[in-house]
Amino acid sequence: MGIGTFILVSIIKIVVAIGVLLTAVAYTVWLERKVVGHIQNRWGPTRVGPFGLLQPLADGVKFIFKEDLIPPHAYKPLFIAAPMIALIFALTSISVIPIGNWITVFGIHTPLEITDVNIGLLVVLGITSLGVYGVALAGWSSNSKYSLLGGLRASAQMVSYEISLGLSLVGVLILAGSFSLRDIVDAQAGTYWGFIPRWNIFQWPPQIIAFFIYLMAAYAETNRIPFDLPEAETELVAGYHTEYSAMKFAMFFMAEYANMITVASLATLLFLGGWHGPHRFGPPLLQAILPVFWFAAKIFAFLFLYIWVRGTLPRFRYDQLMAFGWKFLLPLAIANLVITALIVALRA
Amino acid sequence: MVPLSYYLVLSGILFACGVTGFLIKRNIITIFMSIELMLNGVNLSFVAFAAQWHALSGQVFVFFVMVVAAAESAVGLAIIIAVYRTRETLNVDRVNLLKL
Amino acid sequence: MLHLLVFSVFGLVCVAGAVNLLVQRHPINSALSLVVVMGSLAVEYLLLGAEFVAAVQVIVYAGAIMVLFVFVIMLLNAGEEERTKGSRVAMLFGIPGMLIGSVLVAWVLLEHSGTGNVATGALPGPPKVIGWLLFHDFLLPFEVTSVLVLIAIMGAVVLASHPGSVEQRSTQQDKREG
Repeated sequence: MGIGTFILVSIIKIVVAIGVLLTAVAYTVWLERKVVGHIQNRWGPTRVGPFGLLQPLADGVKFIFKEDLIPPHAYKPLFIAAPMIALIFALTSISVIPIGNWITVFGIHTPLEITDVNIGLLVVLGITSLGVYGVALAGWSSNSKYSLLGGLRASAQMVSYEISLGLSLVGVLILAGSFSLRDIVDAQAGTYWGFIPRWNIFQWPPQIIAFFIYLMAAYAETNRIPFDLPEAETELVAGYHTEYSAMKFAMFFMAEYANMITVASLATLLFLGGWHGPHRFGPPLLQAILPVFWFAAKIFAFLFLYIWVRGTLPRFRYDQLMAFGWKFLLPLAIANLVITALIVALRA
Repeated sequence: MVPLSYYLVLSGILFACGVTGFLIKRNIITIFMSIELMLNGVNLSFVAFAAQWHALSGQVFVFFVMVVAAAESAVGLAIIIAVYRTRETLNVDRVNLLKL
Repeated sequence: MLHLLVFSVFGLVCVAGAVNLLVQRHPINSALSLVVVMGSLAVEYLLLGAEFVAAVQVIVYAGAIMVLFVFVIMLLNAGEEERTKGSRVAMLFGIPGMLIGSVLVAWVLLEHSGTGNVATGALPGPPKVIGWLLFHDFLLPFEVTSVLVLIAIMGAVVLASHPGSVEQRSTQQDKREG
């Protein structure tokens, strides 16, 4: 296709992806409040719209109209820029995540992702590494002791768990042989003996330990319970976003949930087979839409697990958290890598 | 098609900025950052020449430079923290006596 | 044409970041301009076709080493720089000297280097080929750098630990044994 068509199609994909992602972030907040409410034997939001479904809209309006305070001795340029940095990097990683097969719309043959780089996985890891800046700079520029402590703790935690996150993915890379996310999903097509899907957690060698490590490292990267000491209400007021109000706080909030969705989609692509579902059935139009449905269902399951864990577990103390990351997850990830490489090398 | 010398000039400018920073700055952390800037300029030269001669060993050497830069910045920043604990200052002009 | 345009734009961003590092007086601003330099260098590597090096530059340099720098600046609460006599002398002689040196080097490179053009994405091969090189031709440097990183980790932990804590533990052990 010509360069003009290519740019137009890309712009349409970007607009749709951002729109869907922001709506998903808003409704993930709603889902969390309902599920945590039910776990704690109460209803959650019920008043604004049926089942409280318009609650995110009410929250958005509240954030826009709240007073936007900047503390007097805060370092202004970074204070204003830090939530924008956090949100920008949280939203950028959607650009390399594929959600379905190639489709043909109005004669244009295009993949269901914004771009397919052959180092897609490294791009997502790089963006996750850069996301630490939003947190660290927010904590420092607020010029407040709770914020500084929270910011330092949060950045140290994120940097420590990034290593285990990356190492747990190398086992998947050995099995797939490529960094491109589309190739990794294509390597998981088909089934064993007709009914066990060839997802990476069932392949030989099974990556179930890597999935376990990835799960825990992801909870730590996104600062969720049981690793949410940086924003613990009872310890640090609100950690690195203590001094933020209104729209800037909303940006941190959105960045956290967008990170959750990115991590969930990456887990789906790498460990749970991406958009592959049971054997194809139905007319061609359904076949084009169905992969997106399987992808969304798997992400929903992952997000439900996130929220379930949030409602159930207590949080780690900071030294327990760092010891867990460095002394347990990292050796386990290295052992998983060595065993996977050994099995693949002996099999070839 | 960009002439290779443009990439080398960019690398030279980055290296010169790094050397200038090393000479004129007095905060020890900024001096350290100028060293990293010099290393980045050199990395660009390596990759540019690797692209011209289609030799992948230029890229591989960039990894070694990055690993050495990482190790050196970890140790250097630890030294800076140790110096700050005893001297209470980050200005290199004030750290000029062997005895406290 | 597009290659030259993208190269110039990101080259200008690189140089602007490097000059901003020199001009700013607060180290946090210098650190953030260095992150901008590293990001635009990653784009230059992508233009040359070195995509794996570009990704590693973002993950390792901009995402880990510079985060370490920002940590130390936050931890030590570094403030703005003060102008001393030494720095004034260095600026008086250093800046013109480096300007003359870099103009000379740039002139030699542009006129007499005898190198040709570089195409977009000139470097061949997927990351697999780099892995092959690392584990076959460059195996010895690879293993040596792993030892180097181990030594750096141990050195950093010992240097940055609180003064006296390591010696106190070892002298207590000697008293118990002796």
